[in-house]
Amino acid sequence: MSQFLQHLINMLVLGGTYALLGIGLTLIFGIMNVVNFTHGVLYTFGAYIMFIVVHQLGVNFFLALPLAVVAGWLLGAAIELTLLRPLRGSDIDTTMLVMIGAWIAMQSGALWIWGGVAKSVTTPFPEAPLVLGPVSVSWLRLFVLAAAAMLIVVTYLLINKTKLGGAMRATFQDRDTASLMGVNVDLIYTSTFAIGSSLAAAAGALLGPVYVIFPQMGDLAAVKAFAIVILGGLGNITGAVIGGFILALAEELGAGYVSSGYRDAMGFLIIIAVLIFKPTGLFARSERVG
Amino acid sequence: MKRTFRIVPAIALAVAVMGGVAEAQTIKIGVNEPLTGAFAASGTYVVNGAKIAADEINAKGGILGKKLELVIEDNKSNPTEAAAVAEKLITSDKVPVLMGAWGSSLTLAVMPKLMEYEVPMVVETSSSGKITTTGNPFIFRISPPSAIEAAAFKGIVDKLELKKVDFLVINNDWGRGTAEDFSKMMKEKGITVGSIETMDQGAQDMSAQLSKLKGTDSETIIVTTAVDQLTLIFKQAAALGLKKRIITTGGSQNPDQIIAQAGAAANGTMHLTTFLPWFPDKTPNPEATNYFIAEWKKRGYDFAGCTESFRGYDGIRTAAAAIEKAGKAEPAAIKAALWEINIKGLNGDIVFKKSGPAGKESGQSQPNVYLIEIVDGKIGMKTL
Repeated sequence: MSQFLQHLINMLVLGGTYALLGIGLTLIFGIMNVVNFTHGVLYTFGAYIMFIVVHQLGVNFFLALPLAVVAGWLLGAAIELTLLRPLRGSDIDTTMLVMIGAWIAMQSGALWIWGGVAKSVTTPFPEAPLVLGPVSVSWLRLFVLAAAAMLIVVTYLLINKTKLGGAMRATFQDRDTASLMGVNVDLIYTSTFAIGSSLAAAAGALLGPVYVIFPQMGDLAAVKAFAIVILGGLGNITGAVIGGFILALAEELGAGYVSSGYRDAMGFLIIIAVLIFKPTGLFARSERVG
Repeated sequence: MKRTFRIVPAIALAVAVMGGVAEAQTIKIGVNEPLTGAFAASGTYVVNGAKIAADEINAKGGILGKKLELVIEDNKSNPTEAAAVAEKLITSDKVPVLMGAWGSSLTLAVMPKLMEYEVPMVVETSSSGKITTTGNPFIFRISPPSAIEAAAFKGIVDKLELKKVDFLVINNDWGRGTAEDFSKMMKEKGITVGSIETMDQGAQDMSAQLSKLKGTDSETIIVTTAVDQLTLIFKQAAALGLKKRIITTGGSQNPDQIIAQAGAAANGTMHLTTFLPWFPDKTPNPEATNYFIAEWKKRGYDFAGCTESFRGYDGIRTAAAAIEKAGKAEPAAIKAALWEINIKGLNGDIVFKKSGPAGKESGQSQPNVYLIEIVDGKIGMKTL
């Protein structure tokens, strides 16, 4: 029983960051119809920004986090302005190829700048974990969960309660009509991509200190993000959040009770099942685009 | 005017010939190591150790009157890439001998290429038994296979009072091979083997596996993987309140890095290693060990990397000794010479003995294995 509780705690902590990864990707796909292959690199970028800001500039850990989010936002905006804006109106395959190229170029850039050897970030949290009866969890991971939850709520409010969010949702439903209603679609696209990118960078900045940081760290993260997005339905933010927790649960229970060798396969087995039985995702809306 | 026209092609020809001569003035050794991916830290250390050996040899005049040149390629911790890198080194760089490929799965992927092109390779790190038992006569291994590690460990299990052990191993030839060889030895000793958990080589979160191991009735966990994953395991085990004894195998632990990165979580852990940079006087070859460590520090490398880098140093010295003995830089001659060398490695004499099916034996040297324990953030030696 205590093992099961421990798996549940692990699932909550892991699920929070998976959700964060998923919503950034699903937002960009839903609104822009762009399959963002640079998502994993932006995750890596966020982690390296943490490393640079904390270790090379000597800035406080808690101050470094918002800096990483801002850096992710700026890089996302730059990618949108230089790569995606000139390609607007071209078919999804062309955009996909350009994004794959950007992914490879940026990952090689990270390798060139920082080298292949993993780096780690020291945190101000105590080494001793928080013990709650039979289960225990590190303070750093609790902080990561809290920060991820906060970012998810902020994103939700931004999309559902603000004017920008309203314009984003209008663009999502019908780009041409939104444009006719006076929505600046170019601005919406840049904002969407920048927000999605900053969420990926935030996930990297939060998880980098938990694990270790290296140029290819984003690859597995991106694969999981795609899995979550498929699970939750493309373009569905609530679906991505729930999908993140389902994937984490499948991995934890799969590794704990089936076989740890197939831990990373568990999530994908679920996705195959979802694609067979409910191909639009578990929580897809009927008017979904793309 | 006519004369000039005659001279120009003559000069061009002379330059071309001299250029060709200059190229043949070095003797190449191909180095196939993981410089990116899951084993980047380890592979980089091995390459840095290899460079020390090459520089030392060149400072003493090189081999056969020529400079030694290392052609270093990154296999990306990926078996497919490792095979491609071997092919590139052999066919394009024309290296007569290779060193590599760090991981067992990487080395196993390279092995068919060695058969195809008939080029020998010095294996410096890999520990899967399969490498020297499947009948590849181009393999010369200086690292201990996991069966040798298990045999060395056998002597101390009574003293450690092991009763029931679990395993947490990397899910590849190295980890699974270790679990197999150690389980066999444990069972012979009457120790119960509990669950065997695996982790993907790129996995960063082992909480699920550790949570499961926390719940079993074993008192000891044998862990096999490289240093980056090890530090994550120690941190995550501490976070989960896992208080079992952890013993690691494989010699790629870099204990100093574990102490630095895992802190108090590293206390009480034991590690089977193949080199003792902390106690140079206890190594089989103290003079060479002191030289190597001094050179390593002089170059500003992290001391933690010594337990890994010494293999690159020994591997290159092994290949160079064979080239010297062969008298020429040709694969067949080097392969024959590898059987005859006897050099003083940092971890014992490097002499190859036959291993594997008759007629196509691989070479296996018999290095030492040590057990160290981390106590209060310091490294102590245990007698095996």
